[in-house]
Amino acid sequence: MSDTHAQTVAFVREGMLDQQPPPTREAGTVKWVRENLFPTWLNAILTIVSLYVIWVVVSTFVMWAFSPTWNATSLSECRQMLEELGRSTETACWGVIRDRWEQLLFGFYPSDLYWRPTVALIVLLAGLGPVLFGTFPRWFMGFSLASPFLIFLLLWGGPIWLPLTVALGFGLGVVAFRVFSRVNQIVAVLVAIVIPLLYWLLLAWPLASELARVMPIGLEPVQSKQFGGFMLSIVIGVTAIVLSLPLGILLALGRASNLFIVTKLSVVFIEIIRGVPLIVWLFTASLLLNYFLPPGTNFDLTLRVIIMVTLFSAAYIAEVVRGGLSAVPKGQYEGANSLGLSYWQSMQLIVLPQALKISIPGIVNTFIGLFKDTTLVLFIGLLDPLGLINSIRASTDWNGIYWELYVFVALLFFVACFSMGRYSLHLEKKLQREHR
Amino acid sequence: MSSMTDSPPRESFRLSQLIYDTRYRSLTIQVVTLLLVCAGVYWLINNLLVNLTAKDLEPSFSFLQSRAGYDIGTTLIPYTNADTHLRAAYVGILNTLLVAALGIVLATIIGVLAGVARLSKNWIVSRLMAVYVEGFRNVPLLLWILLIYAVFSESTPQPRDFRPGPDGTAASSMIWDSFAVTNRGFYMPAPVWGPSSEILGIVFLASILAAFLYRRYAKKLLYDTGRLLPMVWPIFAILIVPVVLAFFVMGRPVTLDYPVLKGFNFGGGIQISNPLMALWLALSLYTGAFITEIVRAGILSVSKGQSEAAAALGVRPNRAMSLVILPQAMRVIIPPLTSQYLNLTKNSSLAIAVGYPDVKATLGGITLNQTGRALECMLLMGLFYLALSLVISFVMNIINNSMKLQER
Repeated sequence: MSDTHAQTVAFVREGMLDQQPPPTREAGTVKWVRENLFPTWLNAILTIVSLYVIWVVVSTFVMWAFSPTWNATSLSECRQMLEELGRSTETACWGVIRDRWEQLLFGFYPSDLYWRPTVALIVLLAGLGPVLFGTFPRWFMGFSLASPFLIFLLLWGGPIWLPLTVALGFGLGVVAFRVFSRVNQIVAVLVAIVIPLLYWLLLAWPLASELARVMPIGLEPVQSKQFGGFMLSIVIGVTAIVLSLPLGILLALGRASNLFIVTKLSVVFIEIIRGVPLIVWLFTASLLLNYFLPPGTNFDLTLRVIIMVTLFSAAYIAEVVRGGLSAVPKGQYEGANSLGLSYWQSMQLIVLPQALKISIPGIVNTFIGLFKDTTLVLFIGLLDPLGLINSIRASTDWNGIYWELYVFVALLFFVACFSMGRYSLHLEKKLQREHR
Repeated sequence: MSSMTDSPPRESFRLSQLIYDTRYRSLTIQVVTLLLVCAGVYWLINNLLVNLTAKDLEPSFSFLQSRAGYDIGTTLIPYTNADTHLRAAYVGILNTLLVAALGIVLATIIGVLAGVARLSKNWIVSRLMAVYVEGFRNVPLLLWILLIYAVFSESTPQPRDFRPGPDGTAASSMIWDSFAVTNRGFYMPAPVWGPSSEILGIVFLASILAAFLYRRYAKKLLYDTGRLLPMVWPIFAILIVPVVLAFFVMGRPVTLDYPVLKGFNFGGGIQISNPLMALWLALSLYTGAFITEIVRAGILSVSKGQSEAAAALGVRPNRAMSLVILPQAMRVIIPPLTSQYLNLTKNSSLAIAVGYPDVKATLGGITLNQTGRALECMLLMGLFYLALSLVISFVMNIINNSMKLQER
């Protein structure tokens, strides 16, 4: 057989040719550029325009931002430094950040106590760890539960007894529930709500002040009107986030329940809150909230703002959770019912874990929005970072400075919100894997 | 067997059934909730009335009829400081509606363009759009408003820079002699409607009608015979040609009033104040970033099989986009788009940051401070925003229903 070709074909190749490299147009960078940047005329134009835009923006920004004015202590000194360097006065003066960064972070918090908000932030992050990532040992959960009281003590200071006695109320509630649940579930729930309430209203305050008189242990008290800057944003944001989540879940359950009156009340509450801008609610908190309380009550503006922001974000979270609740297949509800679980048992064990999983991205988005919206407190006279920008610009040293402060604050917000967004993506991916 | 079909033995009603019997329990819970809520509301309102009486501020809306006594920078309707607070509130409402409407239009345009660009195969363009989206979504809107306002008021020339100096050249010049960007606002030519210019309007309306009729005819022809008439160019021609012809036949009844430098400022033309510009741009760019992501998610949500099936049927990519992918993507896009429109409308209340006189600045700002009627002003303002939100949701619901998948 091997000779057949010897007669019919003049030439037969016996060895394989070496592999040739692909044509340059079809390989490596050239191919990538051709396919991704210049596939069509329109795309080529778009690419060039984009490159031009990037060039203009980046070169302007670098020329502006690269400026060795770190040591200037006032705008005029900074301008002088720039003139000596032969640079235009339209260049950044970073001295203002060096001069005032502590104020932008802590507001008018006493400067010798800056360690307290810093430690509080660390406690916060540590306390959030097990909640956010769920890979911590179980005893750490106890620390998470204690961290709100610790943070309160660190930020506001005062005698150690107030947060302790308030925490005791929760302990009382748990103990009461344990004791009475042997008798009757419904009675146990009622008692577990009523006893701590009575305790807080009647006993907690006298007890705390008595203890403080006997054993004055504590930190130097700080007024909340001294709070400011990013610290204020984080305090308002995180408190509202933590408080609004349970409230929002309750509202969502109310809206999805089949009790007519409860549903209607939840709908009215959610829609009224969502239909009106936050800024109007903030003004309501600062101008009107005192009118709705018994004559003579006058409590802290920061606290009023936190209450309003909590109610506001609870309405948004309720809508997100409602979406999650309706995404849980009907068979799950029916399955829970057919097992004879009560409403709360089926919600707690079957429906909510699935619904919350689905709504996590939405919840995180609500939180990002809420954190950004804390800047609005500037309008009612609280000194958030933007409010502090105004007051720094009003000082004689830095009168006339704009961009540096805006860029600094924008960068801090960007870092915070961007990392929250990434965290939500991470969670989404993790949960998707679990679904498979 | 008969005992099964018999009615259950009648028990006398016991009080404990209100808690233990599921038939009555829901009723109990609802009644208790209602009582608690009523008690709470009664407590709040009682406190309110007591407090207001103590301050001599019984609720009354008569202050709306009294003289406002303050000026408003941007007004769409005639207004002087001798008008009533009610009219000032009305001016503010119109300003809110103006910036919301402008913002919704521009944000949609930006969002759709950027959303498509974000999905482009062009690496640089899609990266650039990603930077835009992340940058605007992760920084507070208030900061963007202040920043853009600072750009407008700090980096733009003063009107006097447009005056030629001693050497005959000005520091700044108008674009095509008709647009001027200054630190006092943006100036552009205003149309002056001469006599019989309304005929132009009638011609234009008629040509819109004609364009619709042509579209219906072309569609009918397509469905009946399969013949495809050209769409874009004929409709364009129907809309433009008659109006242009009428304009010249009637001897140019519409002229333009150009802004001219008079003294220290520009006169004539239309002035768009810097607060409005800054607010409009910031709202549109910020909301546009969210809409970009919505559009992107909507287009990605249409499964790949749809575009492949369209390609297999020989549908060209552009037509596949408009006939197959977009109609399906719209169903996903519209509900979150609605909530973005609502957000934009509510966020327009940040106008007070730059001094744009919207309803929050007139009714909820100066009027409130002058009269001290916090409760009434807040109530009216809340009702206005609530009504506006409901109207927007209502309109978008209608659109959503018309886009819905027609299921059998």
